[in-house]
Amino acid sequence: MGVDGNYKWVGKRTVRPDGTDKVTGRALFSADSSMPGMLIGKILRSPHAHAKIKSIDTSKAEKLAGVKSVVIGKDFPNLPNKTISIGILAANFSEMSDKLMARKKVLYDGHPVAAVAATTSAIADKALSLIKVEYQVLPHVIDVDEAMKPKAPLLHKKMITVGVDPAPTKASNVASRCEFGFGDLEAGFAAADVIIERTFKTKPAHQGYLEPHGAVVSVAEDGQVTIWCSSQGQFMVRSYCARLMQIDEAQIRVIPAEIGGGFGGKTVIYLEPVAMALSGRAGKPVKMTMTREEVMRATGPTSGTSIDVKLGATKDGKLTAGEAELRYQAGCYPGSPVGPGAMTAFAPYNLENVKTVGFDVVVNRPQAAAYRAPGAPMSEFAVESVIDEMAQKLGMDPIALRELNAAKEGTTAPYGPKFGPIGNEQCLEAAKNHPHYSAPLGPNQGRGVASGFWFNVGGESVASVNINTDGTAVVLSGNPDIGGSRASMAAMAAEVLGIDYDKVRPIVADTSSIGYNDLTGGSRTTFASGMAVCNAATDAVDQMRTRAAKVWDISPDAVEWSEGHARPAGPNAGDFEPMSLADIARTSAKMGGPITGRAAINAQGAAPGFGTHIVDVEVDPETGHVTVLRYTAVQDVGRAIHPSYVEGQIQGGVAQGVGWALNEEYVYGDDGCLQNTGFLDYRMPVASDLPMIDTVIIEVPNEAHPFGVRGVGEVPIIPPLGAVANAVSNAIGVRMTDLPLSPPKILAAIKNGS
Amino acid sequence: MPTVSMTVNGAEVSVEVENRTLLVQLLREQLRLTGTHVGCDTSQCGACVVHMDGIPVKSCTILAVQAADADVLTIEGVADGDTLHPMQAAFRENHGLQCGFCTSGMVMAGLDIARRFPDVDDATVRRELSGNFCRCTGYHNIVKSIVAGAHAMNEAGG
Amino acid sequence: MAQIVLTNDLGRQFTGGETTLDMDVTDVRDLIRKLDQKFPGIAEVLQDGSMAVAIDGNLHQDAWLEDIGPTSEVYFLPAIRGG
Repeated sequence: MGVDGNYKWVGKRTVRPDGTDKVTGRALFSADSSMPGMLIGKILRSPHAHAKIKSIDTSKAEKLAGVKSVVIGKDFPNLPNKTISIGILAANFSEMSDKLMARKKVLYDGHPVAAVAATTSAIADKALSLIKVEYQVLPHVIDVDEAMKPKAPLLHKKMITVGVDPAPTKASNVASRCEFGFGDLEAGFAAADVIIERTFKTKPAHQGYLEPHGAVVSVAEDGQVTIWCSSQGQFMVRSYCARLMQIDEAQIRVIPAEIGGGFGGKTVIYLEPVAMALSGRAGKPVKMTMTREEVMRATGPTSGTSIDVKLGATKDGKLTAGEAELRYQAGCYPGSPVGPGAMTAFAPYNLENVKTVGFDVVVNRPQAAAYRAPGAPMSEFAVESVIDEMAQKLGMDPIALRELNAAKEGTTAPYGPKFGPIGNEQCLEAAKNHPHYSAPLGPNQGRGVASGFWFNVGGESVASVNINTDGTAVVLSGNPDIGGSRASMAAMAAEVLGIDYDKVRPIVADTSSIGYNDLTGGSRTTFASGMAVCNAATDAVDQMRTRAAKVWDISPDAVEWSEGHARPAGPNAGDFEPMSLADIARTSAKMGGPITGRAAINAQGAAPGFGTHIVDVEVDPETGHVTVLRYTAVQDVGRAIHPSYVEGQIQGGVAQGVGWALNEEYVYGDDGCLQNTGFLDYRMPVASDLPMIDTVIIEVPNEAHPFGVRGVGEVPIIPPLGAVANAVSNAIGVRMTDLPLSPPKILAAIKNGS
Repeated sequence: MPTVSMTVNGAEVSVEVENRTLLVQLLREQLRLTGTHVGCDTSQCGACVVHMDGIPVKSCTILAVQAADADVLTIEGVADGDTLHPMQAAFRENHGLQCGFCTSGMVMAGLDIARRFPDVDDATVRRELSGNFCRCTGYHNIVKSIVAGAHAMNEAGG
Repeated sequence: MAQIVLTNDLGRQFTGGETTLDMDVTDVRDLIRKLDQKFPGIAEVLQDGSMAVAIDGNLHQDAWLEDIGPTSEVYFLPAIRGG
């Protein structure tokens, strides 16, 4: 081990252990499990954006032949109205329960109001149509700026803004205010030769995972619950279900199905507690799967935003002050990622005077869910756009301006602490020197550059490494494999144990088979669970060294482990034939029993990631259509355990960011109902919308991880918004500030020149 | 309820269905061939692509009765016994997947592209693949996989 | 003495606006205990999982036992949630 070592498996492009299952259709996703006697559960959803529920009559549905259970809001426990932290998540279970099944009011189009379980899907549909709900429709508000106006319809009559002194006396849709920064803004702007002020808007984007939410839940007569579902964390599902349904965690076993994409959108649950309630009443297992329309109306997305940025610089390019106000849509209850948005906005830059203020605002939309680097793509888009404009005003190269002001080791981050070793400057330099950056551009073409920053997180992880008597190993960890993590876990274990990669079998264990793990998210898995796997493998190695020492009758300290063998450490230790892992494993019964390495950690020392992207676009002046011609993404990942899946994370993040920048948006009618509930008109990028995406991996190791990992998944979705907007702005000569950059907006900008 | 007969992955099957039963429901729920996935219900995502008489179709928008007497190939029938089809092997070796949910449809679409364009290039794959969504990979490695798979099929004599 | 920096929000809620303090502490738990003696009630917020702490540039969440050196720089910041 060691962050600078030469490795046999770490850094290699090994074939993923679950590859065959996934190319043959064997892999079981959430909708693929079935049980004998299983019922089909379905949800009745509000057709109104905001309404009081006057009454719900389920009697006709209950009488329909084949209907086995019906539940509404009052069938779920009422819980304390308090936000608590669970691992790397925060949750208010009173609000979460109300989001699962509305009580007194519906707060968005698609809000669940009742659910049924029946013997067939068709009977369940029929039963939903027999439920009569009487609504009193209330005025609604969809847009964040509208929701902040004094006379806006209120979602929650008692909501007083948190974080303002003195506390407001009147309720509003502003749930909270947060503030970060330091220095003297007034002096900073006074020292500036150029000041730019701009307002930006972004639309909510859905995570767009291809697998709709699904779960099979069985509640036995003794109250034991088994859940098969796909999520970003089986332990998250267990924690949430236990609290929402008020039963012990030990009574619930969550078996993770393969997950068909999450991107943050599966860090929350929608179906499992409802299926628990239905199954418990019916005495049968219940399967629930969402349609795509349900996914669009009632899950995710990330926040739509409205952001003001003010940036000052001297004429030679030194940034003197940065200020931003961020207004983020939370959806129907508080909880937008405006905090991290405010913390990350100026993070790539060394600023002496900086202030960001964020507002978390409720609107009549589904609750915002995490989406890759929650909060950061929007705020960094706004700042990166202003940086680009500043470079133009100063007549500077945009990368040169970024390099002149780049955050580096020792720079105070806008959210407080000083950065340790980071790869921001290395990314900028690699981008500047990449042939892409100096390639010629044609007519109607533009180039854009943007940087991105994300914290990366650690958290709790447990891993076991079981050494088999034939010299192979099984690695158990507790994070769903969302993008190739089995391969990276197996590579790290093989490296530490010194055996071949294909002798290691990685398993994603269920909640009753391994200790608690925080979920797959925040770019924590390869860092934190990877650290746990390394520690567990090291624990197994220590046990094997001890056993070799006993055989040789020397001190364990005199035994070293290399290339899968216990060896005497130097000539003084004695002259013994090395013992292989297989040799030691074969005799494990005689030497004290099976060898199992274990680690249970709260991984500390997560280190930030930076990236710089370059994109070329061509704008059709007649149609306003944007073609992405070329894309290059540079990112510091600390260490690429499996370069192909690191590149894959970067390429996927870029594709999502390009969709967010150019195409994806929610269209609400005047009635507050979502009009584009499918993939036809919620337009995610397809293959023909994108070029090949070049990736450049920078490795500035994180000393806290055995192999130097930082994390990779969040950063790559951040720069595309700014890079694409900058490229389009440069192509048409008009600064574009309102995403997505759809053809009508571009045509209007070309026509009006602003 | 009507009974439909068809060949699925080389085996004759005869299944009682409702008139409204979709081909994907027959495959997934009645034949338990769950490798064909449902991502959107509205024929955009392509996770449900199967071949019907050699033509790729979105099985979420075909009624089961429309597939009567057809020869249906699903992802489960693509490998030759215990040997992966070159297109499957190409996806596996070129890391043409992350979560794997779109993969069945991508392989089925890729097989069709390879048959129509044996010397296929990146641009053709991108154009022909616009009926299949992937949200994880940015398509980069999927395009590489299909090109590699097509060339491998070409070398193996189709 | 270690330099302790609180967020503006913590300053507003508990310290009358003071956000930079010099304190003699051994680890995160000791720091929270001593802060609470000075600013009663602050411990609850610092321990409910909503706050992270950066010690000499390294980010820690839920880390009572992390050492704080005599010249360490310690920043409190909101816990980072993930996607």
